[in-house]
Amino acid sequence: MADVLARVTTFTIDGLDPCPVIVEADLRAGLPAFTIVGLADRSVTEARERVRAAIQNSGFEFPMRRVTVNLAPAHLRKGGPGFDLAIACAILLASGQLPAPQLDDVAVFGELSLTGEVRPCRGVLAAAQGAAGTGLRGLLIAADRVGEAQLVPGLEVRGTTSLQALRRVLAAPPEEQRPAAAERAAPPPGGPDLADVRGQAAPIAALTVAAAGGHNLLFIGPPGTGKTMLARRLPSILPLLSPAEALEVTRIQSVAGLRVEDGIAHLRPFRAPHHTISAAGLIGGGPLPSPGEATLAHAGVLFLDELSEFDRRSLEALRQPLEDGHVSIVRQNRVARFPTRFALVAATNPCPCGRGGRACRCGEADLQRYARRLSGPLLDRIDLVVNIERPTTEDLAGEPVTTSKVVRAQVRAAREHQAARGVRCNAELRGARLRAAASVTTEARELLDRVYDHGDLTARGRDRALRVARTVADLDGAGRVDASHLRVALAYRRQDEALAQVAA
Amino acid sequence: MSTIDACDDCARRSWLVARLSGHLEVRRAEREVIREVLALPDARLIAALGGLEGALIAAEHAQRDPAELRAAWAAAGTHAICRHRPGYPASLLMLPDAPAVLHLRGDPQRLADLLAGAGVAIVGARKASVEARDCARLIGRGLSAAGVTVVSGMALGIDSAAHEGALEAAANTIAVLACGPDVPYPRSRRDLHECLGERAAVISELPPGATPYRWGFPARNRIIAALSQMVVVVEAAERSGSLITADIGITLGRDIAAVPGSPVSWRCAGTNQLLREGATFVRDAVDVLDSLADPEPADLASARAAGPSARRTAPPVPAGLPARLQSLLRAIDGGAESVNAHARTPEEARAVLGDLTELELLGLVGRGPGGRYRRIRD
Repeated sequence: MADVLARVTTFTIDGLDPCPVIVEADLRAGLPAFTIVGLADRSVTEARERVRAAIQNSGFEFPMRRVTVNLAPAHLRKGGPGFDLAIACAILLASGQLPAPQLDDVAVFGELSLTGEVRPCRGVLAAAQGAAGTGLRGLLIAADRVGEAQLVPGLEVRGTTSLQALRRVLAAPPEEQRPAAAERAAPPPGGPDLADVRGQAAPIAALTVAAAGGHNLLFIGPPGTGKTMLARRLPSILPLLSPAEALEVTRIQSVAGLRVEDGIAHLRPFRAPHHTISAAGLIGGGPLPSPGEATLAHAGVLFLDELSEFDRRSLEALRQPLEDGHVSIVRQNRVARFPTRFALVAATNPCPCGRGGRACRCGEADLQRYARRLSGPLLDRIDLVVNIERPTTEDLAGEPVTTSKVVRAQVRAAREHQAARGVRCNAELRGARLRAAASVTTEARELLDRVYDHGDLTARGRDRALRVARTVADLDGAGRVDASHLRVALAYRRQDEALAQVAA
Repeated sequence: MSTIDACDDCARRSWLVARLSGHLEVRRAEREVIREVLALPDARLIAALGGLEGALIAAEHAQRDPAELRAAWAAAGTHAICRHRPGYPASLLMLPDAPAVLHLRGDPQRLADLLAGAGVAIVGARKASVEARDCARLIGRGLSAAGVTVVSGMALGIDSAAHEGALEAAANTIAVLACGPDVPYPRSRRDLHECLGERAAVISELPPGATPYRWGFPARNRIIAALSQMVVVVEAAERSGSLITADIGITLGRDIAAVPGSPVSWRCAGTNQLLREGATFVRDAVDVLDSLADPEPADLASARAAGPSARRTAPPVPAGLPARLQSLLRAIDGGAESVNAHARTPEEARAVLGDLTELELLGLVGRGPGGRYRRIRD
């Protein structure tokens, strides 16, 4: 029999980006053998065993010939089990067990089990975007990820549950477009609600400012006072995900294997990594770079509980993500770029013993060491410092002070003012743009100058106070920043005294 | 130019105590009474402490050349005076274990002036509350302004606060260290040590360069107590080292005074116990001066001028303030110190926060631990 060659397109996920990979299968006479070449990592070479078993268990025949599968381009490092289905298809095509034209212009992406079942694998949305981007007509994937792939408009998506069903699926018309999740009525954001909180009016006010202006927030308070509880409720008062954001979040979660259900993500992510996390875990890394917590929190909230316990190097690594809204991870000659626009909420105890204030048993030296460990590059990027206290018994017996729905409406209104200024949120205002946007009244200007001259503010702190004041004014619906707004902002300022107080 | 005024025996004794520091430390760990050991004459001291090294140390001690020691001390830039010289503080001679030599960093004339005035020890916990540190600072400042010498140990917390207070007024203060007078310990108090050496006096029984050992701290407390007419304990827990100073003061017949604290706070358990046992109740520098044996009326006046007294009445609410801020101030005086205590809703919280900042900028309130607002005195 003459040598036979077949080609199938699939995708490998490099960071978050799909890279097209051509799977070529070559069958020739010789001792039966099965080789995969083309810079594949272990999970790909293991595909040999899965593919062979799956083909045989699905009523197809595995060609008793010398089978060579090549993954091109050869220079690209390939990982993940998403190649199984494509390799199987290429072999079936080459051995004439599938009609060739049906797989023209179609990308194939899926993992196989030994029985021939097609499993969903990570990064379906990214693969679908890649398929559309490279001008392919369709995509063949696991049946229970069709909704996710259909988020990419114009792509003919076919889902199959098994290799056995493949012939039928390929012959049938593409799946009907399921109602696009973005067009579905937005469901109320689930998750924890501010209505669960008793008392704590002051921290909730700060949370509102943080949500409205995209400011980073630090809660200081003894253990058990509700720092984590409050932080978990920040996603519920942020504006709903925009369609573009939802797509980004879905893609990230899909690549990270965090999506349990098909379709688009509705909730803003909330990530609370443990304080033992490494720098790579926080910003992403690995030989085939995978997203870190900062990226998983993209468009949502990154919560660093026990800030003082985090490794300094991990926190240093957060600087670029915080500053630029993305992080670049360089591997050999490739650069993976991950988006990292999250709201940062950090929490810490007031002192090493955690009691704080009068009950504190820490020595002066302990407190100074603690303050030193807390200060530094990350703290420099925190706009709001808020002390949290235990709610009183009356608070606990009383009604919640507000609900997420009410606050979310305030936040949305404030963000609309900001959008009119051409920024997503006030935290992005810098330099001249900030000064123009702030439009401070004379009284406020004098107040700011007085505080600055008094030495209570650094130059950076001055800008920070202005940005926060702008947000407070937006929440008030005020066009100009007046002294009352500025005074609120000054109360939140990250003063070095605030740390001295941590130390006091 | 260093003044080294020490006789041969005393110089060698001073060297010997430093040489035996490590041995003393072992004994301290074995709970022996260091002061009884320190009262022994040289030969018995070596016999008691030297152990296997005894013969070696005895030989070293015998061969030690006092002239060399004096030269070494002079080279360190410190001064020294031994107990056989007229300039040696007479009050120290009451101690059975009086230090053989006092080493001084600072000006000998300044020390003589400081010793000529009445001395009051201000001691207390290293882990002291903010309020207590404020209190120690104010007492130190008031006493120093009144011409009283504030004696303390430069430790963290109360001690350094007392020294700092004294430096704010006339710098009438003496620091007694548990290491050489030229060794800044604790290191975070380097600046204070520097300042005390220039404007006041830093003394020690250990020669320059000697590093601190734990036995040295209770041991230097005897010098603090002996140099003072009264020992004021500002904040001390039940087993605080400052209570040692008070005990020594009692055996030396000094007056003991204590600043009261909350009966439920563990921090003040030691001072409250002292008060219960009959220590003089003092709140501020004026109280201390009142209870000193013979206060000059003029001194009282200058002490009053130098420092505000303790919070005997709530500070007044300025009349010119808007009514809103006045009621906020009164609420703070009434114990509502956190923002939550003033606000029911987040909107109210933001408004109150602005008002509180206004009061802060007016210098009427400040933020303490945990971000709690409190009235500013002084």
